[in-house]
Amino acid sequence: MQRADAIATVLSRLSDELVVAANGWISREACAASDRAENFYMLGSMGLASPIALGLALARPERRVVVFDGDGNLLMTLGTLAMIGDLRPPNFLHIVFDNEVYGSTGAQRSATATVALDALALAAGYVDVRRVHNDSDLDIAIDALLAATGPSFLLVKVDAAANGTAPRVPHEPPALAARVCAALGVA
Amino acid sequence: MNRSGAFIEMLREAGFDFFTGVPDSTFQPLLAEFSSRPELGYVTAVSENVAVGIATGSYLGGRRPVVFMQNSGLALAMNALGSLAAIYRIPMLLVVGWRGHDGTDSPEHEVLGAATPALLDALRLPFFVPEAESLASDVARASQTLDAQQLPCALVCRPGVVC
Repeated sequence: MQRADAIATVLSRLSDELVVAANGWISREACAASDRAENFYMLGSMGLASPIALGLALARPERRVVVFDGDGNLLMTLGTLAMIGDLRPPNFLHIVFDNEVYGSTGAQRSATATVALDALALAAGYVDVRRVHNDSDLDIAIDALLAATGPSFLLVKVDAAANGTAPRVPHEPPALAARVCAALGVA
Repeated sequence: MNRSGAFIEMLREAGFDFFTGVPDSTFQPLLAEFSSRPELGYVTAVSENVAVGIATGSYLGGRRPVVFMQNSGLALAMNALGSLAAIYRIPMLLVVGWRGHDGTDSPEHEVLGAATPALLDALRLPFFVPEAESLASDVARASQTLDAQQLPCALVCRPGVVC
């Protein structure tokens, strides 16, 4: 499964959910597939997609928050899994597009070649933890998890193949923050 | 009201309504006050960069965040502050415990204690160094500064200043 296709599939299933997308190809491919006002693209600060999403989920418990994380990103801040398992925000859906490499910097191997992030999430206390390898399983899992009480975790194993083709996110960072605030009715 | 409770009231009066951070020993009474008042929703973060990420998310959701940390953790949070909060223009109050401020603390605080103001200057982030007597006015000044600049603003607090 190609990461860009998996990202497009997830976005096609969303309605008013907030998305926090990790830096690199994940943000670029999300922006190219469906540039929604509810999408927050994290351009730098690798590792902080899940903390940003946690803060958003705690601030807005009535809205579901979906993280588009990467394996390298999550490995940087694994302790956040423990916070999420401890705080148990029911509106939190953590999706990790795991290609087992640092894709944006030239496909250097990551530890998820051998370490199972879904097992770590389960141990941390996520309520519903799943792993998918193909499009049809992704369709089923995303529909189930968007309706489930979280925190939920979906590990999407994707190809490590080639770099993507999506262009850079065209928006300036303050505008990206402002439009999420506007989508939430925050002045 | 004890000093910790009074400090929390200063923060609330300035509109701050989301509290996260990493424990610092000089903030022990303050952290005890937060844990005795769960309605304040204080979130214990696993690291200072994660705390800045959480604060950023809370701001996007309409909250006005405060991040508590030790100055050693300020060094850990440099990328979160520079590559996230600063470029997205996320206002947040950083309450930083200043270990090693006068060079007489334990060895692990020597280098970063001396470097703390320079770290904030390097990120071009505004900060104030309050005294106990000026704390209320410095909270107000920091609050106005982070609104005016749409940036994080720090209160760099020597031991004993806030609690």
